[in-house]
Amino acid sequence: MLALLFILFAGMAIGCAISMVAQRNPLYSAISLIGVFISLACLYVTLSAPFIAAVQVIVYAGAIMVLVVFVIMLLNVDQPERQPRRLRSLVPIAVGLAAILFAEAAFIIFFVQQAPLTPTHSISNVGLTSSIGTGLFTSYLLPFEITSILLLMAIVGAMSLARRGGLIRPRVDGGEKGTNNRQ
Amino acid sequence: MNMAPQLSWYLALSAVLFTIGVVGVLVKRNVISMFMCIELMLNAVNLTFVAFSSFFRDVSGQLFVFIVMTVAAAEAAVGLGIIISIFRNRESLDVDDSSVLKL
Repeated sequence: MLALLFILFAGMAIGCAISMVAQRNPLYSAISLIGVFISLACLYVTLSAPFIAAVQVIVYAGAIMVLVVFVIMLLNVDQPERQPRRLRSLVPIAVGLAAILFAEAAFIIFFVQQAPLTPTHSISNVGLTSSIGTGLFTSYLLPFEITSILLLMAIVGAMSLARRGGLIRPRVDGGEKGTNNRQ
Repeated sequence: MNMAPQLSWYLALSAVLFTIGVVGVLVKRNVISMFMCIELMLNAVNLTFVAFSSFFRDVSGQLFVFIVMTVAAAEAAVGLGIIISIFRNRESLDVDDSSVLKL
């Protein structure tokens, strides 16, 4: 049952990701990316991480993608993608590097088969909100505080980047773009 | 089918998603599309964190995912601000038009 769910959601994720890369229109790419986020959230639920799944849907599929779609529609660019210039001379090097990469991957798959353990869906409080909160506010308190400073810097940076004229000549208008970015 | 999904399945899925993200960054020419491919790569890494956290029964991986999501949110805010600024100066979202920093 879990394997079926895994195959279903992994297929959804890979399909949406390929569709994201294949689309020419950025808006369709954004919608495909939301599909990837939703299927990854479902995978987190099967991995018994309900809090991370909820945060994934709220922060990624909600806030960040709303921001991206907002910028796409704000800029409203309808230019076709130019074809990149082909570098034919690099093709043999690329083939060689890809062969090395596949050799490494095959080595790991066939010789390093010591993936441990049984999956959790037994009784375990890992992944519940209370255990995450306990870890976040005891042993990981310093990264949490640094993260808050990072968010403050992001707010100030986004406001100063998105307003016209920069911070040198502050104006009243156009300064609201960064204020709704805080998660 | 009574197989339970193994850890290697999740790692393989994550590797595939990360590779698709890398290919997108290399192939795309639109700044916003490249930005979304970077988000996809961050999500692939998050999947490995959650898989390891679940299989090793250690909550640290999920705390890392939480912090990665915060960094991704900050990156989205600043990155989209930069994109708006680029578009305002160059009237284009093609990265080939922004290959020189000087205007």
